[in-house]
Amino acid sequence: METHIQVKNLNVYYGKQQALKDVNIEIPKKQITVIMGPSGCGKTTLLKSLNRFLELTDGTQITGEVLLDGTNIYDREVDVTEVRKVVGLLAQRPSPLPMSIYDNVVYGMNIHRMKKDRKEYKAAVRHYLEIAGLWEEVHKRLHDPATSLSIGQQQRLCLARGLAVEPEIILGDEPTSALDPISSQNIESRLIDLKQQYTTVIVTHTLRQAKRLADYVIYMYMGEVIEAGLAKDVFSNPQHERTRQYLEGLF
Amino acid sequence: MGFLKKKRWQRRHLMEAFMKFIMRVSLVIVAGALGLILWIIVVRGLPALSWDMVTKIPEGGYYMGKGGGILNAILGSLYLAAGGTFLAMIFSVPIAMYLKTYLGDSKWGQYVRLALDVLWGIPSIVYGAFGFTLMIALGIRASLLAGIIILALIELPIMTRAMDEVIRRMPVDLEHAALALGSTKFEVALRVVTRQMLPGITTAILLGFGRGIGDAASVLFTAGYTDRIPTSLMRPTASLPLAVFFQLGSPYPEVQQRGYAAALILTIIVLVVSLGSRWLSARLNKYTIK
Repeated sequence: METHIQVKNLNVYYGKQQALKDVNIEIPKKQITVIMGPSGCGKTTLLKSLNRFLELTDGTQITGEVLLDGTNIYDREVDVTEVRKVVGLLAQRPSPLPMSIYDNVVYGMNIHRMKKDRKEYKAAVRHYLEIAGLWEEVHKRLHDPATSLSIGQQQRLCLARGLAVEPEIILGDEPTSALDPISSQNIESRLIDLKQQYTTVIVTHTLRQAKRLADYVIYMYMGEVIEAGLAKDVFSNPQHERTRQYLEGLF
Repeated sequence: MGFLKKKRWQRRHLMEAFMKFIMRVSLVIVAGALGLILWIIVVRGLPALSWDMVTKIPEGGYYMGKGGGILNAILGSLYLAAGGTFLAMIFSVPIAMYLKTYLGDSKWGQYVRLALDVLWGIPSIVYGAFGFTLMIALGIRASLLAGIIILALIELPIMTRAMDEVIRRMPVDLEHAALALGSTKFEVALRVVTRQMLPGITTAILLGFGRGIGDAASVLFTAGYTDRIPTSLMRPTASLPLAVFFQLGSPYPEVQQRGYAAALILTIIVLVVSLGSRWLSARLNKYTIK
């Protein structure tokens, strides 16, 4: 199992409150890693440390390293926009940009100047909407506002938009929690389809979803990583008492 | 017999009907007042409205009923309002941005908003008197420039607060979504924030323009009145609200009628501007996130 992301001695403080305590983990390449744990345990904080989203909150202090194929993304020389291009994010609620469906997919490719002409953009839009499983539903109304889509469709649009900048890693911050069951299932099966090509890290608070998706599991509690390992090992034979209790639904 | 019996008139139903009645009456009164105003200026002004009215300046004896028009006032008003709006925009956009970016909902942010709201409520005659005092102190005579400055002051609080409300409603998720794709902050501002806020900002600007073009009291002191078309910022200028005021005060019926015609022209300008702004913001609004 090849490591893609390595987190070393990561500590995060929001003001005086410590949100992550000395986190050391390795996230495998082209697998789905699921971060789970009770509310407020630092799942989302850990996820947001991977695309440098933590620094968008005032008063956040970060020490330690996050190595992406060996490069520390917190290094001064690293361009944060490049980090976020490589590490895509699927947010909790879909948040389409104030433009058409077509332009939403084009936006990222456009700012990174990834395509040469309209023809290439058109082809790319089709390609990524197909991957996200949205093409059939929207190809006749690509120039309608993105907000005219249902929430589930919007989330798939956000997926297409994120994939269009050609990331290596997809982060999902409870990406199905705002969706109805059928849309959730749809997103889940996209993520499973995509795991051959992308390293995927998902935060979830639903144990069943974790079991459906995970190849690799990180269990967190109170800002600390309690246990991390292959999903089949952790789910069948947790090494720690706290993990066992969580899996049994004791809290 | 099922559970759904025939409706019995209870007190709550009566209350409902009564409240609905009050609301309808209020609507009729307000809509009626608007209708009446329009009716009066159309009936009284339309007969005097001629091509000469909008293409000529007052000729000799105009104020006693002879030939000419009020092109001086039409152009003067457009210059004043456009200049004032432009000047107010230059200041209100950065103020609104500063409020959002640095002051937010802090104590100082609240003070600035309170100050703007107080300024909003100050009657325009007070602005006029203030401008007049200032002009005397600085030795400036009534001029287009002075009128523009005072109108800018009047429009500034309206525009700033309207923009402030628009900017405050900007969803944070939207910025994050764009940042997550690897945008720089400038790209977020230029390509996402602007698109989301443009309709609201357009509305704010036209709101200011509407207030500026209709204001009589402040320009009375600061811009003066003249029968000539303004050719320089330092010369006095006529304006439509004052054209209405002076002509209605005339003892000659023909001149009074021209006063109503001037009011009609002013109303048409305001109507065109507000319909135009509606059309524009509907177009710009198509893609915004509600």
